[in-house]
Amino acid sequence: MSFPLLSLTIWLPILAGFLIIALGDGPARKLAAATSVLTMLVSLPLYFGFDSSTAAMQFTETVAWLPSFDINYAIGVDGISMPLIILTTLINVIVVISAWDVIKDRPAMYLGAFSIMTGLMIGVFSALDAILFYIFFEATLIPMFLIIGIWGGPRRVYATVKFFLYTFLGSVFMLIALIYMYQQGGTFSILAMHELPLNKDQQFWIFLAFLAAFAVKIPMWPVHTWLPDAHVEAPTAGSAVLAAIMLKMGGYGFLRFSLPVTPDASGFMDTFMIVISLVAIVYIGFVALAQRDMKKLIAYSSISHMGFVTLGIFIAFRLIAKGDDAGVALGLEGAIIQMVSHGFISAAMFLCVGVMYDRIHSREIADYGGVINTMPIFAAFMVFFAMANAGLPGTSGFVGEFMVILASFKANFWIAFLAASTLILGAAYTLWMVKRVIMGPIGNDKVAALTDINPREFWMLAILAIFVLLIGVWPNVIGSVMHASIENLVQHISTSKY
Amino acid sequence: MKLFYTLIPLAPLIAAIVTGLFGRRIGRVNAHRVTIAGVAFSLALSVYAFFHVVVGGAAPYNETLYTWLISGNIKFEIGFLVDNLTVMMLLVVNFVSLMVHIYTIGYMHDDDGYQRFFCYISLFTFSMLMLVMSNNFLQLFFGWEAVGTVSYLLIGFYYKKETAIFANMKAFLVNRVGDFGFVLGIAGIVMYTNSLAYTDAFAAAPGLVGQTMNIVGSYEWDVLTVLCILLFIGAMGKSAQAPLHVWLPDSMEGPTPISALIHAATMVTAGIFMVSRMSPMFELSETALSFILIIGSFTAFFMGLIGMVQNDIKRVVAYSTLSQLGYMTVALGVSAYSAAMFHLMTHAFFKALLFLAAGSVIMAMHHEQDIRKMGGLRKKMPITYWTCLIGTLALIGFPAFSGFFSKDIIIEAVHMSTLPGASIAFWAVLGGVFVTAFYSFRLFFLVFHGKPRMDQETFDHAHESPRVVTIPLILLAIPSVIIGLLTVSAVVFGDYFKGIIDVLPAHDVLGKLGENYHGPWQFVIHAFQTPAVYIAFAGFATAFLFYMIAPSIPAMLDSKLGFLRRILENKYGFDDFNQAVFARGSVRLGHQLWEKGDMKIIDGALVNGTANSVGFFAGIARHLQSGMLFHYAFAMILGLLAMLSWFLFV
Repeated sequence: MSFPLLSLTIWLPILAGFLIIALGDGPARKLAAATSVLTMLVSLPLYFGFDSSTAAMQFTETVAWLPSFDINYAIGVDGISMPLIILTTLINVIVVISAWDVIKDRPAMYLGAFSIMTGLMIGVFSALDAILFYIFFEATLIPMFLIIGIWGGPRRVYATVKFFLYTFLGSVFMLIALIYMYQQGGTFSILAMHELPLNKDQQFWIFLAFLAAFAVKIPMWPVHTWLPDAHVEAPTAGSAVLAAIMLKMGGYGFLRFSLPVTPDASGFMDTFMIVISLVAIVYIGFVALAQRDMKKLIAYSSISHMGFVTLGIFIAFRLIAKGDDAGVALGLEGAIIQMVSHGFISAAMFLCVGVMYDRIHSREIADYGGVINTMPIFAAFMVFFAMANAGLPGTSGFVGEFMVILASFKANFWIAFLAASTLILGAAYTLWMVKRVIMGPIGNDKVAALTDINPREFWMLAILAIFVLLIGVWPNVIGSVMHASIENLVQHISTSKY
Repeated sequence: MKLFYTLIPLAPLIAAIVTGLFGRRIGRVNAHRVTIAGVAFSLALSVYAFFHVVVGGAAPYNETLYTWLISGNIKFEIGFLVDNLTVMMLLVVNFVSLMVHIYTIGYMHDDDGYQRFFCYISLFTFSMLMLVMSNNFLQLFFGWEAVGTVSYLLIGFYYKKETAIFANMKAFLVNRVGDFGFVLGIAGIVMYTNSLAYTDAFAAAPGLVGQTMNIVGSYEWDVLTVLCILLFIGAMGKSAQAPLHVWLPDSMEGPTPISALIHAATMVTAGIFMVSRMSPMFELSETALSFILIIGSFTAFFMGLIGMVQNDIKRVVAYSTLSQLGYMTVALGVSAYSAAMFHLMTHAFFKALLFLAAGSVIMAMHHEQDIRKMGGLRKKMPITYWTCLIGTLALIGFPAFSGFFSKDIIIEAVHMSTLPGASIAFWAVLGGVFVTAFYSFRLFFLVFHGKPRMDQETFDHAHESPRVVTIPLILLAIPSVIIGLLTVSAVVFGDYFKGIIDVLPAHDVLGKLGENYHGPWQFVIHAFQTPAVYIAFAGFATAFLFYMIAPSIPAMLDSKLGFLRRILENKYGFDDFNQAVFARGSVRLGHQLWEKGDMKIIDGALVNGTANSVGFFAGIARHLQSGMLFHYAFAMILGLLAMLSWFLFV
């Protein structure tokens, strides 16, 4: 057995997280920083040592866990999960920087919780055993629940309960589906489930069970209302991780479970999925326009952007029907790039709001105005990330949306038409916020007293900006690693299971 | 040559990055030195490219720089296409940009945002060069949006001004409406050709003739018509064609140098350039061409009319720009792509000149822009006066000046065209000539002639601008006079665009015109047998009468025809309509969806109804604050395992 690199990436931050909590507030910051950087460095070989010519799982490890139920500790990555793992470890570094001297209340627990959550999220993206996946998937709720519940805003109880009930209820159905499939196939191996023959009815119900879990997680309209509340109450880094990574578990779930396990049902349900994706893009775009709270606005913007992920995924079946396999790959890869890109941009947007919140303690748009006068460097970052959020070419925000629009046009003119409306809506709500918050004369005394970002905040935003630009100027940096896996997935979903 | 061509856009980009990141550290003087050096270097390379490609006759360069992405069997690439059309744009963009860079030293002298401004205009130059040098739709769209973004930053340059930050958002959003069509057009091209490269699209275009697609019901739409109109919607945004023109007049909130560079000479002509570049496709759809023709002629005439009642010196020139862009669009519509490009070039010089001259006047007037408060500046500002006169004469089409050739050819071309709508367009462009001459000389007389109408102190202190301002004026005045005379034979009637702009024999109005063409001077003489020259003179004479001889006439007319003036001053109500319906309507819709949809139905009825167990959970949550984190986490994991086992064993 080769070096357990992937296990190290998962367990290093988890164990270190407990250690951080155990050792208390004294060494917490340094320890958390060291852990996050080390985890990131450990995860890099996953990218640089990745063999992009094969769709097979790589860096695999299998240890029998509960042999009587054929439950294994089985992990591995392919071109779909690897970019998300790298995203997770990078964001973790940013989170530590963002919390450095902002969190005064129990910093050890705070940083420890994030560290543990990072490991758990990497576990979600690398699990090859359904039970292992489920445990990681649910376990991520605990640290996030605590982060919002302890360090959150005034309505944190409502928000945490809503967050917990929504997502927990959703995933219970998934668990039932997984157990059902175990009864059918006698194994919890995810790859074996991909090959499990299921008839039309079985697929339909399993699809719905998965949908309950992943639609809530990503979130799709109309089960999205937990997200704005959770974001508003969460502390800055909590929002950043929630938007940047936790939502991606939903999109990842569709790609890892719904599509390959129930391809026929996914195809059968594609119109429904496409329609609610478009509702997310258009309806939520308008709702974002009406927001007065910056975090809510960005939360709604996230939902709208996630609409592109689900659209890119489910447009596949329209294109399969047309025999356009290349178009299918375009949509799916667009969805993944959109997830990674949104990870960087949404984290940056939430951190930008956090930077202002730390100074003025308000998220209301109306409490700001003319921030550029007192925080010019910060304003430059904010405008840049806003442009990325509006999908400006040259930033990562453009790539995924563009690919999904191209794929949609191949399927149907009107789908592309509605999807492309984000060009106008996305720019409208983002730039209007920028206009009211950043631009203009100094809005009030609090804004007049603002001080520009310090080096810590500068580098936190600069690192994110570099990635947003890198993916925007050269998306092949992610695109090239996923072709084989996507090709395999396309092949798989275009063959019927019965 | 790859490195050579890469350096053309790269030089201004590097300059922009240096000034952007280190502007404060390197100081004002170094900021303008670096950026001017960048653009000058880029211009020098462009001149070399001119000798290499145009004079030397080298084959067009069409190479990939790097692969941006490969997905779904489509190669997304960044690459350059350098042919005669590109070279023309390179020269125009770099030359005007260099003039504006130099001019800015004087114009922005006292501004705090000096370095920021130089960073932006260099960034703009980079974006525009990427746009014109592209060999594929991806990079075209990148440049397209990048110039729009820099334009957004520059219109809002004075970020404390409420009107400026409204104008820049409006400009960006209206352009996004155009880009919405543009991106769909690109998606359509990818669908039908599976490639983003121009060459592939052009090669596939003839095969698309006669193909149809379903959009609404069972009606079969011609594929090329749909694609071309979608692409043209992008051009309508960028090149400010009605009804997407509304952002351009407001963009005058930006500093004057960028009005010259971005909102007159270069960025707004991107749409014209794009359609000319795509001529092998547009040529194949008469419906799309007719659509373009109608939009262009409406803009050319009706936007010019608004210019007649404007009192802000920059807005007069802005409406003039709208109208001239309309002329170019009309030329595209009648397949006279070379004439459109020719007018684009001449217009770039004389319109940049007019804007910079206006800026010179504005500086002398201490940033007063109302022409009713000017007058009598002729003696005070001789260089500005004479260069502005040259620009004005070029604009109205004074015989043998550059604008004369380009505009006359467009009018003649429309006259020749048999496309549906050409006869209306002909009257629109002919009427536009009168309007142009009138508002141009109205401006000219009100600013430079007559009695000074500003206060005595301002008048006493008014003086000619410094040399960094007047030299660009002079350098722009030279091509405004002679560039038409020098190049018309080659560009419009010669084979400058051979193999780049393809015109079907049935549409070849310029070819027909060329049969009677025997050199530029003969063309000038011939022009006296056509109405345009006399109409222009009539416009000039009317302005002379109204503002030099009998200033009581405008007031008298105003009392009788005030309602007409009000229609024009309301800009036909476009702005009010957009504001009421689209802007406020969208926000209201957003509120409705949020309050009724999200809060009332989804949360109110569905979620909270289900989750009335909140009280129970709140009880648990209270424990969190007592610090029993471990207990709680432990309890949750236990619960999870318990549930798991229950499912597994039962």
